Amino acid sequence: METLIANLPEVFAGFWATIRLTVMSAVCSLLLGLLLAAMRVAPTPVLRGVATFYVTTLRNTPLTMVLLFCSLGISNVLHLNFSENPQMNGYWFAVLGLSAYTSAFVCEAIRSGINTVPLGQAEAARAIGLTFTASLRLIILPQALRTVVGPLGSVLVALTKNTTVVIVAGYAEAAFIMNELIYEGSGTVGIFLGFALGFVILTLPTGFFFTWLAKRMAVSR
Amino acid sequence: MKPQASILFDTPGPRTRLRNNVLTAVGAVLILGIAYFVWARFNEAGQFDPELWKPFLDPQVWQGMILPGLVGTLSAAALSIVLALVFAVVFGLGRLSDHWWLRWPSGMVVEFFRAIPVLLMIFFAQAGAFELFGYTMDAFYAVVIGLTLYNGSVLAEVFKAGVLAVPKGQSEAAYALGLRKSGVLRLILLPQATTAMMPALVSQMVIALKDSALGYIIAYEDLLNTGFRQLPASFHNLVPAAIVISLIYILLNLGLGYVATVLERRSRRSRKSSARPVTLATVGGGSGRGE
Repeated sequence: METLIANLPEVFAGFWATIRLTVMSAVCSLLLGLLLAAMRVAPTPVLRGVATFYVTTLRNTPLTMVLLFCSLGISNVLHLNFSENPQMNGYWFAVLGLSAYTSAFVCEAIRSGINTVPLGQAEAARAIGLTFTASLRLIILPQALRTVVGPLGSVLVALTKNTTVVIVAGYAEAAFIMNELIYEGSGTVGIFLGFALGFVILTLPTGFFFTWLAKRMAVSR
Repeated sequence: MKPQASILFDTPGPRTRLRNNVLTAVGAVLILGIAYFVWARFNEAGQFDPELWKPFLDPQVWQGMILPGLVGTLSAAALSIVLALVFAVVFGLGRLSDHWWLRWPSGMVVEFFRAIPVLLMIFFAQAGAFELFGYTMDAFYAVVIGLTLYNGSVLAEVFKAGVLAVPKGQSEAAYALGLRKSGVLRLILLPQATTAMMPALVSQMVIALKDSALGYIIAYEDLLNTGFRQLPASFHNLVPAAIVISLIYILLNLGLGYVATVLERRSRRSRKSSARPVTLATVGGGSGRGE
């Protein structure tokens, strides 16, 4: 415990980095995931095929590998970098890897949300003369988005926990700090419990909130 | 695919078909452009040199690096799934118990291990074993412990959902026949719950397999370590190695995913269980999706 208290500013800095990574990657992966989902339901086979390929690849590759590829492949082999500052560079590579990986799951969540809307709903919308955009806006999306809330919450919780893997891209977030503290001093149990508590505080309320929201917004069918 | 009505699009008429064809062409050009850009950049860096692919034709590279790594990955994932099942049965039953002093602690343990990152558990397993018992833990066991605790907690939820998915009439009928609580559980609920949870179990295997790559971080010799650190270090072929190694992971996981779908379809049809199959999505919370 003493090690934890003595290094409190570092611990908080670590969790602050975790939060920043989570929020930025969540925003990026939501945007990319939406684009992918739109491609996966598009009427053009080429776009569908490419999105399916992307999702299958990223979903079945370990996140550790995706992040390693970002730092080794893009940064070291291609010398493509975001910034001169190594700290900022590490941050953006971490965001890139996390969003590339998470967007595949976001896409699947959104797509399965669209698929839960019964075909009869769309047929009825067309039958009363609604145009494509109108039926999308008034009939399909309101139902689809509500079903997507729960799964997207799970994705966000998983993303929060996944930020720890960023350690392979060399960015200092909570797990990195924990590893450092463990090697510096003693009191491993206290350090672990402290960091675990930090993640419990971050993930449990998020999970509960989204479960509550999903229940509240559920469509009764 | 033949054009037909879907949830979003009506059966296309001639004008829509034309528009779709234009969209296809534009999309194809855009995507080919991006693909060419990526290819050109790596090509410039010399990553597509034929020399770099040669190691993958050399049986010694497979015997000395890739296969031992694969064995490392598979053994860590397999052992942790088996142990996770034991963990799941213990804590899943605990959560279903009628006694609060069993239910609450089990619930807390399961929620705790689901809420924290696997990497934290792996770090702690290794460092804690050394500090508390003076035991230098093999990276393999640290990975197995981390994966067991996490996957076990998720499977405990799956197991609970499986038992709860058995219709109430089943246990009521069993009680009416004069079976006791343990008998109902052992003879009626468990066999049906096991069938119902099979698809979720197989899907969880995919997650365990992917998460075993975390062992890379503590220098465990898994597929990622041998194929993506040692191999490119000796042959300087990072991109070919990335393609081959991720292909192995993808094929393994797709295979498992296929088994999960087949099992789900079978247990939906099967009359062995009156419970509906449990999938990871059913369990919700922090599990399954996005791992």
